[in-house]
Amino acid sequence: MMALDLSYNKYADVSLDEKERLLEEVKADMRYQDHALYGCYECGICVAACPSARFYDFSPRVIAQAAAREDADLVYTLMNDSIWDCSQCFSCDRCPRHNSPGMLITIMREVAVRNGLGTAKAALEGYGRIIYKIMSTGTQVSPDMLQPNAFPDWGGHVHEIAENLDIWRRALPPETLHTTETGWEISDKTIIELYLIWHMTGVMDMIQEIDEGLYDILVDVMEERLEEAGYDDVSF
Amino acid sequence: MIHLPVISSAKDRDFQLAENPPTEDYHEQLEQLEKDGEIIIQRVPEPYIEVKTKFGRIKKIPVEKTWHHKSCGQCGHIPGYSTSIFWLNRQLGLDYLDPKDQTSCTAWNYYASATSNPEAQAAVAIRNFASAFETGYFPIIHCGTSFGHYKEVRQALIHYPELRDKVRKIMAKLGKKLVIPEEIVHYSEWVYAMRDRIKERQVVDMSHITATVHPACHYHKLIEEDAIYTPEIYGAQRTAIITGVLEKLGINVADYSTWFDCCGFGFRHILVSRDFSRSFSVQRKIEVMIEEANPDLTVTHDTGCVTTLDQSQFAAKAHGKKVGLPVLADSQVAALAMGAHPYKVLQLHWHNTDNTRFLAKLGMDPDEKWAEFEKSVARLQDGSKQFLTWEDVE
Repeated sequence: MMALDLSYNKYADVSLDEKERLLEEVKADMRYQDHALYGCYECGICVAACPSARFYDFSPRVIAQAAAREDADLVYTLMNDSIWDCSQCFSCDRCPRHNSPGMLITIMREVAVRNGLGTAKAALEGYGRIIYKIMSTGTQVSPDMLQPNAFPDWGGHVHEIAENLDIWRRALPPETLHTTETGWEISDKTIIELYLIWHMTGVMDMIQEIDEGLYDILVDVMEERLEEAGYDDVSF
Repeated sequence: MIHLPVISSAKDRDFQLAENPPTEDYHEQLEQLEKDGEIIIQRVPEPYIEVKTKFGRIKKIPVEKTWHHKSCGQCGHIPGYSTSIFWLNRQLGLDYLDPKDQTSCTAWNYYASATSNPEAQAAVAIRNFASAFETGYFPIIHCGTSFGHYKEVRQALIHYPELRDKVRKIMAKLGKKLVIPEEIVHYSEWVYAMRDRIKERQVVDMSHITATVHPACHYHKLIEEDAIYTPEIYGAQRTAIITGVLEKLGINVADYSTWFDCCGFGFRHILVSRDFSRSFSVQRKIEVMIEEANPDLTVTHDTGCVTTLDQSQFAAKAHGKKVGLPVLADSQVAALAMGAHPYKVLQLHWHNTDNTRFLAKLGMDPDEKWAEFEKSVARLQDGSKQFLTWEDVE
């Protein structure tokens, strides 16, 4: 287990102003005051329930405390070196103070992505194909992702599925499940509506911030289909 | 690793519902928003079954006219999971819709990468809800994370007027309304509500089977108040779904000390950091279940949980870990009890951990069943059929 460096030395080169700006962005989220953080008893129930705390130097209590104390230095360190270890299971929601460290971490992750932090890019390295899949096809994982080189630790059965993929999909009785590139068959109109949502809600800007190459690919894919559907301008 | 032993049976403890529920009643809040002209509520169609949730409130579970909000992971990687849900509906003669006008909730990606935001997530949810509303069928959610996330979205829409405004504008661009269902219903709640009818049609004896249960985090921890509880199951200290169904089918449900732990899925971890998922799943769940309960199988009710608990056992076996526990969804167990084919319907060949011993214990010959499946598939290979249909498996 790699120890978490909470000495404040690691990010000493980042100005306090910048750290405070990011903390303010976390606090400005509508969910922050209402549902994420009310205070902390330091009871540790969240840590006891947390799966990530068992295998990483990770503590939802430390994150809740740092945010509650508005310690911009510490929040910045955690935003870089800790939040991506969270399993997002929300076991920590059993907090007797009704905090949701999991939600707080969701907010911190969004801020990290929106601001293009290098550690967020590193945490999502190798994850781009998943973002591409969900944003371009409307389903997150697809049958054709079951390839031995992607899941070597799942054993020979993945190889067997990959070899028989087409025929095994056609052997499924529900007619929506005969697909191999998407989880199920999605209508063209539905996909266009999804693309419009990504454009209207600023998600495309987030992708551009975190992965320029992926953004370019997604724009290409979406533009063509949106134009075919009569949407020449998606600058809402 | 040290596990705390089970020092008293949860089944023996008594649970009293609080007189005043600690949370606001979302039903009342939705009703008020509808009165104010802010939203449209899609009401649970008749007939429905009433159950009680964590804080004693009534939840309506639709029997039919259901719009099946499918799961990426189930449909993509464990397709017998959703196939079994549809099969149950067909066998019970119930009207349902398997829509193409449905996207993923996109929450797996959101919890993994945060490359989205509340507006987008709410818009995706409401687009799906509005699509269901347009058909007249009521949404039933297959994935535990979609279920959990949609509860979060409902909570956010109730509390943040600015979010409602944004989503309403987006829906207007799509030609849709801001529709929120009266209840957010998980398929496992439907299986639980239908357990008596399933029992009536049970043809496979399961009284000699022992199972452990893993309740999905996003079902009972994330916005906990929607989850079903009853004093008959663990004194209402744990959610009643899965366990209620298995006990109805005659299965002995065995307790284990790490029942509250998650499966280790982790969203981001299962895709790009699987060492964590494997370790947690095996050391905190599978090994503990085997050591403490020695079950024939473990049963869960969510995409990620089936995936992680099942797939993680392969590498662990290579390390000499105590593994080899079949992992099924409650819909698959219910279908199996009603006589569904283990490969044509349950599609167990998409699962990783060996389940042939479990099938044999139920009196089935796994080789014979596999040969039957292969015979059906041969018709696809020789071109005499393009697809297998429901008629081929019913």
